[in-house]
Amino acid sequence: MMAEGIFIYLAAAIVILSVLVITRSNPVHSMITMLVLFFHIAALYVTLNAEFLAAIQVIVYAGAILVLFLFVVLLLNLKEEMVARRYIGPWPLGVLAALGLLVVIVLSLKSFIPGPSGVFTTEVVRAETNTKVLGQILFTEYLYPFEVVSMILLVAIIGAIVLAKKRLRN
Amino acid sequence: MVPLHWYLLLSSAVFVVGVAGFLTRRNIIIMFMSIELMLNAVNISLVSFSRYLSDMRGQVLVFFVIAVAAAEAAIGLAIIIALFRNKATAHVDEANEMKG
Repeated sequence: MMAEGIFIYLAAAIVILSVLVITRSNPVHSMITMLVLFFHIAALYVTLNAEFLAAIQVIVYAGAILVLFLFVVLLLNLKEEMVARRYIGPWPLGVLAALGLLVVIVLSLKSFIPGPSGVFTTEVVRAETNTKVLGQILFTEYLYPFEVVSMILLVAIIGAIVLAKKRLRN
Repeated sequence: MVPLHWYLLLSSAVFVVGVAGFLTRRNIIIMFMSIELMLNAVNISLVSFSRYLSDMRGQVLVFFVIAVAAAEAAIGLAIIIALFRNKATAHVDEANEMKG
């Protein structure tokens, strides 16, 4: 009963906050709302026994990505944003398309059949700790994708510098 | 214990809110935040699958998704700065040079 209550609070807060994120006219307000949203998602991860990902959610999403967004918003002068139109002209079409997608997803959830269970039950993970188990899988089975991700991050660093720097000539 | 379907419904609701924000907002920064919302929705479903199927691979996948989201945010914000430098606007419907 306790778990259901916590889930219902977190789910309601997450949905309401995400609707607030996409409807605020001031981007800074959106961003603060998103910060609270990320903390709620981290709490949801804790209820799912994913402590490492909860920490990563707070450190990387709330700490790094959101601060990057905030820097860009403060760098750009968005004074006219408060009074400008928030939505595109045919916005009901966009909402309609999104609601259609929701209907399709919810209907397809009915025919969902879970696959066979793995070996990492709650007891096994609790004996080894979540971070240790995750690290063992990450650095053995997923070592090659891990190296590819480091390459993607390198490309992102170089690409961001190339895109954002001023042209040297003219 | 909370049923798996509740988590999947929450995930699809957040994903759809992200889609709606991406399709209807004019401000490119809010559109990028909608993309982050969609990535978070997928992460929620991956973590809940990982918990309910007793398999840690879902959480490894979330780790990769977060890394790619960080890279995407860096590149996307660099593009926003380049757009703002060239057009002095953050509204996507005013950047229409490629329109035929």
